[in-house]
Amino acid sequence: MDKKTKSFVVYTLLILGTIIMIFPFVWMVSTSLKSALDVYTLSIIPENPTLENYRRIFLDSLFGKWFLNSIIVATVTTISVVFFDSLVGYIIAKFKFIGKGIIFIAILSTLMVPTEMLIIPWYLMSSEFGWTDSYWGLLFPGLMTGFGVFLMKQFMESIPDDLLDAARIDGLGEFKIFIKVAIPQVWPAISALFIFSFLSNWNAFLWPLIVTDSSSLYTLPVGLSFFASGEFESRWELIMAGATITALPLILVFFLLQKHIIKGITLTGMK
Amino acid sequence: MAEPSLDTHKSPKIKRNGPSLTLKQSKYLFVYLCLLLPLIFYICIRIAPTLYTFNIGFREWNILSPEKPFVGFDNYVTLANDPIFKKSLWNTVIFIVFGVSGQVLIGLLIALLLQRINKFVGVFRVIYFIPYVTSIVAVSWVFRWLFMNNGIINEFLVNLGIPPQLFLNSPDQAIYIIIGTMIWQGLGFQMVIFLAGLENIPKMFYEAAEVDGANSWNKFKSITLPLLNPTIVFSVVIGSINFIQVSFTQVVNMSVDSAGGPLHSTISIVVYIYQLAFRQYSMGLASAATVILFLFILALTIFQMKVLSKKFDY
Repeated sequence: MDKKTKSFVVYTLLILGTIIMIFPFVWMVSTSLKSALDVYTLSIIPENPTLENYRRIFLDSLFGKWFLNSIIVATVTTISVVFFDSLVGYIIAKFKFIGKGIIFIAILSTLMVPTEMLIIPWYLMSSEFGWTDSYWGLLFPGLMTGFGVFLMKQFMESIPDDLLDAARIDGLGEFKIFIKVAIPQVWPAISALFIFSFLSNWNAFLWPLIVTDSSSLYTLPVGLSFFASGEFESRWELIMAGATITALPLILVFFLLQKHIIKGITLTGMK
Repeated sequence: MAEPSLDTHKSPKIKRNGPSLTLKQSKYLFVYLCLLLPLIFYICIRIAPTLYTFNIGFREWNILSPEKPFVGFDNYVTLANDPIFKKSLWNTVIFIVFGVSGQVLIGLLIALLLQRINKFVGVFRVIYFIPYVTSIVAVSWVFRWLFMNNGIINEFLVNLGIPPQLFLNSPDQAIYIIIGTMIWQGLGFQMVIFLAGLENIPKMFYEAAEVDGANSWNKFKSITLPLLNPTIVFSVVIGSINFIQVSFTQVVNMSVDSAGGPLHSTISIVVYIYQLAFRQYSMGLASAATVILFLFILALTIFQMKVLSKKFDY
């Protein structure tokens, strides 16, 4: 094969793949704009496009509330994860103290335990302390992660000790050194951790499903799942409107932070 | 160094918060104060629950009964004789084998193709990556709609002269549609990892090979593959753990009865644990099953690390 044919084949394959990657989204949005009568007509462009489905799901179900719950849960856990994981990572990387080895190994060992193994004790704990069906119940398991501590420790190690000592000589307190000197040095890792944490908390399904009872506390994934398998079963135009609302915010965030996300994955993959 | 000159006018500040604490004392105070809350968290929310699960796995306990008698390995024996548990274990193996190999092979292929082009690399990369950053539940329902009996895929098949398929209603096909959905969604992650791995291979190796007259396949086999090995190990390990854990969300939302049907053909170990604990309230059995899951993941990770990192030793 000469060079031209080769690159023709490569582009053709890539474009074919692109269609497979994009088509489900196109079909989702297209269905969400169809009326109940047109939903089984298999044209990609709806004949009488309508926003009625979106209006209905916000009026007839709690989608607005679920959206808000998801935003609250994902934001609070992410801020907590980024703060505590980088603080602990920084301390383990940059200080010598009694018990350091044991503490680090204990935190690392939590990485090996799958979350699924913890949900039964978490559920029993939540019932005992009255945490079920509350925001606190949704939040508490995700407030810190072993992965984040490990990631931040790796990056914090690369900060020169001289820089921290210079700040100490300047009279900065230890906490201020962490915030003003250490954090800016590892900014790419911080943003990677932020994005991973937001993504996994936005997608969390198993724990919110278990810990919530009242529908007003569902997060979007749990809400959409009950919506689609319950009363509105097979109303594909409504289900697809709900799916669009659940999927779109992440895609928008992705377009804003695209470079950081891809760099972040690369960084964590290499460390 | 520029620091000493800064020292002279800033040095009085040391005295301001100086005499009460030495530098060493303030360091210790900072370390232990800041570790206090995280340590409580890790002990109460991660470590103690893990030990508790091991404990409950040895007890017979329905959530309604106040007693939790110790029964030794009874729960494990019950599970070993439970056909649904065996099915869920086997399905989990299928999820990993087909899912991870599909994801790694296709992800690597896309990365290799992207390496060969100069234009639109960024655009392609973004498009292939988008499914990874979107809602898993939403994607599950979109694929369910695509593969409905009267959905667009069947319509497409009929137009090609192929009879319509049962897809998610078929005990033979359903699990592979779920695996396909998971491959589709996780592909972008693997692609990014492989692109980074490929970029780390020094160009001069390929140049040298070209001088020796090596063809594309030879270059791939004797340069790309061995040097990419750490990346492949990482991809396979991460992919396997993802497939075990994520298979809950997809199975619950894509299986026809949301419980791993039809006929338990798609039930994964995590879905079964959920049913044991929160549908049948057999906390003892469910805990024993999570211990098996834990050992399964542990063994798998060690095995993959050992085998895969040895295979292409250089």
